[in-house]
Amino acid sequence: MDLALFYFLVLGFAIFMYVLLDGFDLGIGILYPWFNQEGERDHLMRSISHVWDGNETWLVFGGVVLFAAFPAAYAGITSTFYLPIMLMLFALIFRGVAFEYRFKSDTSRPYWDLAFSAGSAIAAFCQGMLLGSIVQGVPAGVDSLSSLHWLTPFSILTGFSVMAGYALLAACYLFMKSRGRIQEHAAKLGKQLLLITILAMVIVSLWTVATQIDIRQRWFSGLNFLWLSPLPIITLVVAVLAWRDLNRHSNDVVHHEGRPFWYAATLFLLGFAGLVVGLFPYLIPRQLTYMEAASPDSSLLFLLPGICIFVPLICAYTLWGYRVFAGKVEDYQEGY
Amino acid sequence: MDLDVAILSRIQFAFTVSFHIIFPSITIGLATLIAIWEGLWLKTHNPYYLQLAKFWIKPFAITFGMGVVSGIVLSYEFGTNFSKFSEMTGAVIGPLMAYEVLTAFFMEAGFLGVMLFGWQRVGRKLHFFSTIVVMVGTWISAFWIIVANSWMQTPTGHKIVDGKFEVESWMAVIFNPSMPYRFTHMVVASFITATFVVAGICAYYLLKKKHIPFAKKGLSMCMWFALVLTPLQAWIGDMHGLNVKEHQPTKLAAMEGIWPAQEENVPLLLFAMPNMKTESNDYELGIPNLGSLILTHSWDGAVQGLKAVPPEDRPNVPLVFWSFRVMVGIGFGMMGIAALALLLRRKGRLYENKAFLSLVTLFTPMGVIAVLAGWYVVEIGRQPWIVYNLVRTSEIVSPLPAERVLFTLTMFVIIYTLLIGVYLYFMGKLIKKGPPSMEALEQQLIGMKAPGYALAWVKTLQSKESHLHNQPTIVQGDK
Ligand code: HDD
Ligand code: HEM
Ligand code: HEM
Repeated sequence: MDLALFYFLVLGFAIFMYVLLDGFDLGIGILYPWFNQEGERDHLMRSISHVWDGNETWLVFGGVVLFAAFPAAYAGITSTFYLPIMLMLFALIFRGVAFEYRFKSDTSRPYWDLAFSAGSAIAAFCQGMLLGSIVQGVPAGVDSLSSLHWLTPFSILTGFSVMAGYALLAACYLFMKSRGRIQEHAAKLGKQLLLITILAMVIVSLWTVATQIDIRQRWFSGLNFLWLSPLPIITLVVAVLAWRDLNRHSNDVVHHEGRPFWYAATLFLLGFAGLVVGLFPYLIPRQLTYMEAASPDSSLLFLLPGICIFVPLICAYTLWGYRVFAGKVEDYQEGY
Repeated sequence: MDLDVAILSRIQFAFTVSFHIIFPSITIGLATLIAIWEGLWLKTHNPYYLQLAKFWIKPFAITFGMGVVSGIVLSYEFGTNFSKFSEMTGAVIGPLMAYEVLTAFFMEAGFLGVMLFGWQRVGRKLHFFSTIVVMVGTWISAFWIIVANSWMQTPTGHKIVDGKFEVESWMAVIFNPSMPYRFTHMVVASFITATFVVAGICAYYLLKKKHIPFAKKGLSMCMWFALVLTPLQAWIGDMHGLNVKEHQPTKLAAMEGIWPAQEENVPLLLFAMPNMKTESNDYELGIPNLGSLILTHSWDGAVQGLKAVPPEDRPNVPLVFWSFRVMVGIGFGMMGIAALALLLRRKGRLYENKAFLSLVTLFTPMGVIAVLAGWYVVEIGRQPWIVYNLVRTSEIVSPLPAERVLFTLTMFVIIYTLLIGVYLYFMGKLIKKGPPSMEALEQQLIGMKAPGYALAWVKTLQSKESHLHNQPTIVQGDK
């Protein structure tokens, strides 16, 4: 396989892992306002305090893969979207330090709660906005660095959609990791969020197809739609399955507590695949393909063994880390 | 408004990276100390070692958290603010940083959860293993990022094609001439920094007559470490300086305040105000010929001075000159403390001498200050080049609207000022709370199914502790 394509896939994998893992992690912060009874917020925090750092590392990894393999795209994207990226980073700072300080605080706890939940929500929103504005691309004739082209109704919509999706992941994660009232509450929120997420996916897809000519052509020219139709169809099937698992719970029998999370993850995977189908082979739509942006072979080859050896290893010990803390949050023992 | 975006971006980068390095310089050393204590505890079952590890793991956790959030900013700032730099050098710097993420960051993050929260979820051996992995992770992380930085200082192994760097030999890039010195100097600097943080807090406890056995153990160990590490650091630093002389003579001239294009009989300046306008030093006070002796190992060896290059190729001399003196000054101060500790130990007064304990307390943050000063020598001394002698810093900045960078810079200053306040507040709080009591440790050891004799040891210490000091040990559960 050609090297640049391989790195394009690695980049896709990194972004997907980030969206999945930090997705449920940021989503916990987004759901925070809906959990305000005694002890519930402790529970939410403790469900992720041992994994958030690892989850966020995928963001760093995505960034450096882009930097190493496609420097021109890294330089272009990060400087073009200077403000939303910086805003995201500020938000991530606040939510990241909240993990450490919240449990050690007494009087300042409400501020850490706010830092955590607002930080998570804003970071998720910024990521959605970035996604939307990358899909739209920089309008022709606009100075990409000094205008606010990334702030459009479409990018605001994608911002909220990503927030809803992350919250859905988080609700399913909580469903898996809790018992009793929190679990019930998570199931209820999960069902609502499932509807909202599917609705958002439909609107964003239609809007994209309506406004982006090349993406429309990719999907609808010739027999393409036939080949691609499994994507939306499976999406719907998975959504129905997730609904059933979350719903069955209300009838008092709890089966398959882990399944909704994996369904939600599949939804994300499908949505992501749809996006990649639309954009391929561009890293910056209509401007820069992955072939043009690729680093020289000397660099791509140098990094190759690193990726091939360490990415599987990382996945393995990350999985081990989750296994060590498997089970319900209620059963965790004292911290450190 | 007529703002210069290049200056603003550079101030922002300097500010954010300076903020970041405060935390790694503590965590690299502290992770190592915690691993040492945990290992000693496993070997000897002496509960004081466990107490040290258990106490310091909390400051470690918040410091680590600060390091992570401030580090993520940096990995994006290369692109946001220095887009041309990323485009030009991405093929060299990018893979190095990718290896850092692959071989260090994931490992640190993956095992940190177990190290912090897993005391009772995995066995003792596996827990110790996790601590070791986190420790090694911090070293590896330092290695890759310093390779990247050292390549920018002393670039080798590359060729330039269409204005972009391409790598010809990765061995030459990684093992560039200044990397070995910078890496060892930095890692030892972190060990020293953490050693003095721990020693300072222990000395403070001894001054306040609190947690005495715990504090004695900590102070004593740290003073032994300091006795070995500080002279070692000076020796590495000396070789590092000779390496700078060979590869970055202008930087060396700025460090030593040498102006004439070619100077024999270089004095060692103790005090001077380098003046970039008159191209000479005001208020010079120095020891004749000692400079030549140190730099060339001969009485009148010649050294290249600042005037050998045109003014636009010179860094800001006073900043480099003074940062260097701050670092070396602190280094000698620390060596003095370590020697003093040896002397007092001989006399059996290490834990009683008030003046000494106050001095050690005063030195708690000095490692961090020396690290910052050291980096200012390296980075400001490299200017005006971003890649030494090849690319100028002024050429690589993203052409953003200046107001936008001013806005983010202001935000960074506000947020980071707030954060450092919060960090110090919570550090203070942990220090006030003190180490876990023997009762709390006993509870945890039971949870960890420790062998009977370890528990018996804790019990005797528990009773001894309350007899010895006859003061209510603050009984507090672990939060
Ligand atoms: C010599 C040490 C050293 C130096 C010079 C730097 N760092 Fe650092 N960095 C570390 C040593 C370290 C560390 C010890 O590995 C940290 C500190 C705490 C931690 O979580 O890891 C870290 C954390 C850290 C993280 C978060 C990792 C995570 O998600 O777990 C990132 C993204 C960076 N750094 C990036 C940078 C960049 C882009 C730098 C240069 C401009 C930089 N660091 C300088
Ligand atoms: C962590 C300790 C470090 C500190 C305290 C530090 C400090 C600084 C300072 C003060 C400057 C500004 C110099 C000037 O403009 O006059 C600077 C510039 C710079 N440094 Fe570092 N640095 C550190 C590590 C690194 C590392 C590891 C890298 C790269 C891998 C790096 C890359 C840069 C770059 C790209 C600039 C250019 C921007 C500029 O010149 O202002 N630095 N640094
Ligand atoms: C006591 C004698 C010391 C000497 C002779 C010395 C020498 C040096 C030299 C020459 C440099 C600059 C290298 C360059 O510009 O490329 C440097 C950098 C540095 N120094 Fe020191 N140093 C000493 C002590 C210390 C101490 C005690 C610390 C911290 C605890 C420290 C921390 C640093 C750091 C972090 C840097 C920048 C990174 C690096 O180059 O490794 N130094 N030192």
